[in-house]
Amino acid sequence: MINFLILPLLIPFLTAILLIFCSKNVVLQRWVAGISAFINVAVAFLLVQKVRNNGIQTLNLSSWEAPFGITLVSDMLSALLVLTTTIIAFACVIYSFKSIGIEREKYFYYPALNFMIVGVIGAFSTGDIFNLFVFFEVLLMSSYVLLVLGGTKIQLRETIKYILVNVISSALFVIAVAYLYSVVGTLNMAHISVRLSELGQSGIITVIAVLFLIIFGLKGGIFPLYFWLPGSYYAPPAPVMALFGALLTKVGVYAIMRTYTLFFIHDTGYTHQLLMILSIITIIVGVVGAIAFSDIKKIIIYNIIVAIGVILFGVSVMTPDSLAGSIFYLIHDMIIKSGLFLLIGIIIAITGTSHLRKFSGLIKRYPGLGWTFFIAALVLAGIPPFSGFVGKVLIVKGGFESEHYWGGAIILGSSLLVLFSVMKIFINGFWGTPQNFAGESKVPVRKLLIAPIILVTISVLYGAGSEFIFPYILQAAETLANPSIYIDAVLKEW
Amino acid sequence: MKTNDLILQTTTKVVLFIIILFSVYIFFAGHYTPGGGFVGGLLTSGAIILLTLAFDMKTVKQILPFNYIYMAATGLLFAGGTAAGSLLFNVPFLTHAFGDVNIPILGETALHTATLFDLGVFLVVVGVTMTIIQTIGVDE
Repeated sequence: MINFLILPLLIPFLTAILLIFCSKNVVLQRWVAGISAFINVAVAFLLVQKVRNNGIQTLNLSSWEAPFGITLVSDMLSALLVLTTTIIAFACVIYSFKSIGIEREKYFYYPALNFMIVGVIGAFSTGDIFNLFVFFEVLLMSSYVLLVLGGTKIQLRETIKYILVNVISSALFVIAVAYLYSVVGTLNMAHISVRLSELGQSGIITVIAVLFLIIFGLKGGIFPLYFWLPGSYYAPPAPVMALFGALLTKVGVYAIMRTYTLFFIHDTGYTHQLLMILSIITIIVGVVGAIAFSDIKKIIIYNIIVAIGVILFGVSVMTPDSLAGSIFYLIHDMIIKSGLFLLIGIIIAITGTSHLRKFSGLIKRYPGLGWTFFIAALVLAGIPPFSGFVGKVLIVKGGFESEHYWGGAIILGSSLLVLFSVMKIFINGFWGTPQNFAGESKVPVRKLLIAPIILVTISVLYGAGSEFIFPYILQAAETLANPSIYIDAVLKEW
Repeated sequence: MKTNDLILQTTTKVVLFIIILFSVYIFFAGHYTPGGGFVGGLLTSGAIILLTLAFDMKTVKQILPFNYIYMAATGLLFAGGTAAGSLLFNVPFLTHAFGDVNIPILGETALHTATLFDLGVFLVVVGVTMTIIQTIGVDE
C-alpha cells in the first residue's frame, strides 16, 4: 500500500474528529482515544519494519511529482521518532483516564491531544520545509489548548507567555523559509539540499542557517532561548507536561538535526561550531538548574534542557558515531522523560506539593512507585547497562575522536550531576520518616502507575536490547551522514 | 435604552439572502476562478454576524439552531474523508478524481471530488468563526 506512511498521521486525525462528536460521553471518549492510540503504536511499528526492509518510504501527496508537490518522507530517523511518539501518546492517554479530571475531558482534552499528535507526527514525517511549518502550527495550536485547558491562574499566565514566544518564532520561521526560497527557489527538502550543494555556502545561507537555529532553538529550548521553557512547562497537569517535555522540544531538536545534516553542511566550521558552543552552554545551564531547584517539577524540566544540549552536541560533531549516539539518546530521552513526568505527577497527586522539603518516606507506603522512580532515575542518568549509557558513550566517543575533548568531558561530568539531581528527589522524598498527606487515599496510585511502568519497562528493554536495536539506529544515522541517500529516495529520476 | 435599529433590521432581512447567495456563488466559482470554500465560508459567517448585529444572539440561535463546534468537526470529516478516500483506490493521499456525469435536468455536468473537500473547508470556516463570535460576543 503506497499510502502506508500517512496512516500514523491519519489515525489520530480521524480519531480527533470522532472525539469531538462524542465530547459529552466521557467513557466513550476514553475507549476511542485509548484504542486508537494503541492501534497507532502497532501501525508505527509496522512502518519502522517497512523502512527497515524496503528503505526510505516517500509519498507524493495529491500525485504531484517530487520537487513540485508536497512529499512525505519516512526515513529510519523519522519512522523511529513516529514510533516513539505513538508509544508516549498511548501512555499519556491511559494515564489521563484517572488523573486529568472529568471537566477537562468534557472540554475537548482528547481531541486536542490527538490533534497535537497529528502535528508532531506530521513534523517528523514531512519532506517539505513549508509543510514542516504547517505541522508546527498544528501542534502549537493544540498545545495552546492543552496548556490553557483548566484555566487555573498559573496556566493562564504561562499560556500568554507561551503563545507570545511561539507566535514570534512562527513569524520568524516564515521569514526564514521565504529567505531560503528566494535563494534556492524550492521548498522540497531534498531539492533544497541539491540546490544548496550547487550554490555552495555563501554568506546569505549562513545567515539563514543561524535563523533556522534561532527558530528551532526557541521551540527546542537551547541556550539562550530556553527562557520560556521552565515556566510554561511547569503550569499544566502531569500528562500534558509529559507530552510537552517529551515531544514538543524534541520536534525542535529533530528539525535542527534535519536541517543541519541535510541543508547547511558546507560551512560546518561556522554553523556547527556555533551549534556546539550553544549546546555545551545549554548542558551547563541545564545542570545548574537541575541541581539548584528543590522543586521536583523544575528538576525534571531542567533535565530536559540538559538532554537537548547532549543531543545537539552529537549533531554538531557530525561523525557517524556521534550521530548514531544522538539518535539513540533522543529516543531514550523521549521515553524516559515522559515516564519521569508521569511519575512525579503521581507524587504530586499523593503529597499535594511539588516541593522536596515538604514530603518524605514515600517508599514505605508506595514501594512500587519508589522502585519505578529509582529505576527511571538510573536510566535517565545513563548508568550502564541502561539506555542513556549507550547513547552518551557514542556521543562522547564521537566528540573525542574529532578532538572536542572539552565537550566530551562536560557531557561526562553532566551525567554525574544529572544522577545527583534525580537521586536528590529519591533520597529526600522516598527515604526518611513516612508522613500522612491529606487526600492521598483518593489517589488511584496502582492504576496511575500502569503508564509510567510501561514507559520505564520499554526504556529498560531499549537499553538491554541495544544490540538488537542498534542496526535500526545505524540505518537512521547513515541517512543523516550521507544526505545523498535521502535525496535519491525523494527525487527518484533527478 | 431602546435603540432604533429599524433600518438595520429591514435592510438585513433583504441583504442577508443576497450575501448568502453570493457566498454560494463564490463557493462554486472557486473551482476554476478566485473563490472557494474559505472565502465562501467567511461570507456566510459574515451574513450570520450581520444578522446577530441587527437582532441579537438569542434570536439568531432560534433561527439557526446549529452546534457550530459539531459543524466544524463535520467539515473536518468531509475534508479528511475526501482526502482519505484515495486510500481505497491505492493512489497517493489527497489525490482527487473528476468526471463528466449526466444528471437529469442539468445535463452533462463536470463533477470533482475537490468540491467535497471545499465543502469541508466551508463548514470548518463557518463553524470556527461562529464559535469564536459566540464565545467572545456574549456579555455576561
